[in-house]
Amino acid sequence: MSFPTFLGKSGTLPLDLAASSDAAPSGEPDSPSESWIDGSPSPRDVGDDVARPLETRPGRGWWICLACAVAGVVLLVGMIGYLFASGIGVFGLNNGVGWAVAITNFVFWIGIGHAGTLISAILLLFRQEWRTSINRSAEAMTIFAVMCAAMFPIIHLGRPWDAFFILPYVPNQRGPLWINFRSPLVWDVFAISTYFTVSLVFWYLGLIPDLAALRDRADQGLKKAVFRALSLGWNGSHRTWSRYERVSLVLAGLATPLVLSVHSIVSMDFATSVLPGWHTTIFPPYFVAGAIYSGFGMVLTLLIITRKTMHLERYITARHLEAIAKVLLLTGSMVSYAYATEFFGAWYAGNLYEKFHFLTRATGPYAWCFLLMVLGNVIAPQVLWLKSARRSVPVLFVVSLLVNVGMWFERFVIIVVSLHRSFLPSTWTMFRPTVADLGILAGSFGLFFTCFLLFIRYLPMIAMWEVKAIAGRNAAHLASSPAAGKPEVASA
Amino acid sequence: MRRRFLVATFLDEGGLAKAILPARKERLRIHDVYAPYPVHALDSLMGIGKTRLPLVTLVAGACGLVFALAFQFYGAVLDWPLNVGGKPDNSTLAFIPIAFELTVLFGALATVAAFFLRARLYPGKREVLPTRGVTEHLFAVVLRRPETPVLLRRAREIMENAGAASVEELEAEL
Repeated sequence: MSFPTFLGKSGTLPLDLAASSDAAPSGEPDSPSESWIDGSPSPRDVGDDVARPLETRPGRGWWICLACAVAGVVLLVGMIGYLFASGIGVFGLNNGVGWAVAITNFVFWIGIGHAGTLISAILLLFRQEWRTSINRSAEAMTIFAVMCAAMFPIIHLGRPWDAFFILPYVPNQRGPLWINFRSPLVWDVFAISTYFTVSLVFWYLGLIPDLAALRDRADQGLKKAVFRALSLGWNGSHRTWSRYERVSLVLAGLATPLVLSVHSIVSMDFATSVLPGWHTTIFPPYFVAGAIYSGFGMVLTLLIITRKTMHLERYITARHLEAIAKVLLLTGSMVSYAYATEFFGAWYAGNLYEKFHFLTRATGPYAWCFLLMVLGNVIAPQVLWLKSARRSVPVLFVVSLLVNVGMWFERFVIIVVSLHRSFLPSTWTMFRPTVADLGILAGSFGLFFTCFLLFIRYLPMIAMWEVKAIAGRNAAHLASSPAAGKPEVASA
Repeated sequence: MRRRFLVATFLDEGGLAKAILPARKERLRIHDVYAPYPVHALDSLMGIGKTRLPLVTLVAGACGLVFALAFQFYGAVLDWPLNVGGKPDNSTLAFIPIAFELTVLFGALATVAAFFLRARLYPGKREVLPTRGVTEHLFAVVLRRPETPVLLRRAREIMENAGAASVEELEAEL
């Protein structure tokens, strides 16, 4: 099957790359010679391969994807203009269901971001070498997802131009009256701004050595000037490298509790209320597990497409996809366990309202949403117990799409189903999404993919220096090992 | 300040140890090593101590924590104590999430800023490379150029024996 490529005609590959395939070598990589990259590319090969999309004209596939994504952005802008002009009555909200699709989207996108930080920070602390090929794109995904997420609470305000009221600014124009620091909604503002800032700084810090490498590859011109400005004069000094690694470790140490705190705080928007379905103490860990699960689902979707279209199978191997699948299986199991705990808690606690809510969740008018959630988050990941499924790209692609759908519906079920039948039957109502609800949802995907497509076109989507380190160590190992005279192509 | 250096270029990281150890034994001054990625063994080979940048994180993080707690206490208890759902004015536990976030924010930003200052990296700085390719695939051991011809010859010999692809003199502001 021919695949629309993201690379133009001049972006064809060297012959040796064609040797690598999805077939994996036997056993896990545990020695430098059996590494997380296929074949034995030299650091120079790594630079050439990763920089190729930046130095060649993009292919038809990239343009088609960009056109679709930009159409989404146009839709988003149009719908937000309509929303601002008309007020939030254009959403399908009503007296009973005051939060719906926009807040679902907010929680969904924040969750998507979590995988990037997990890969770049937590896996760095655990010294997981497989993170090196995928951390850059996952971190970029985090930043774009948080941008999409942060938009929703603001456009949902009714008077978005007064959004700055949530910040404690000086001089305080409201006299001595400050914002309510006890409110989880205020905590959210601090958590998400901190998360976005720290993720952006961490991502940029990781990019600096690669920007310097690109600067030194570029001929004179605009490209060189831009990379020169962004690379801050980096020259590869080991004294700087030594400090750089320490700073990266410190940032990873800070980002790890930060990422856990962000979705915990998002969950408290719900958990600190008294509404059945929201008023649950397991929400923080349950939301964090769900966030990582959904984030890895999105990472898998994006990587499967980009590795193929950008010809990066050598660096993002079937073993990487398998490792991601294992994380999906683990976090999917945690999410399933949380679902079961919620139902058990409702039954065991004997609270009438709680019991009614969970019966309604599974059998009420929104049961189809519940079933989609169970399909995506409980049933779909079960196939990943099979090694053959974890190694099959088509199976993983389908699972990753189901995970994305399932996790969106999980948030919809938590938010809308809890609200549509709360304590008073007189407030019971149905929520029906409007064109504005669906348009803004589709538009947010457009914004996310536009950012991602521009990223893979203009910045290295694989952390070159980290992969060069693996390649360089392999080369040194091969050179020092008398038995390894002939480098072996792992997948050959 | 412009100084004179001896730059030995290597094609892989294997030769670095072979060059640095004897050079240090001969008391040649190693200015720096340049590499496209961090080579971990170099810290001990070059005798680089641990950076004190994490101290900046600690101090800035502590400042963030104190600032956030103090500010929330000031706003909610001293400046305008407002009854919200009958909760105490000083709801210390409810102040923790924001205090935590600002601890992380201050710590992270200050650490990165301190790193940029210490490593003298700033926007618009023009890079000074000992040789082309050190940010891409080459490695370079840069020695301060020995003053005496005997030591200079010895330095060249050490680098060549370690497998240097080239050994050249350079005058620059590295």
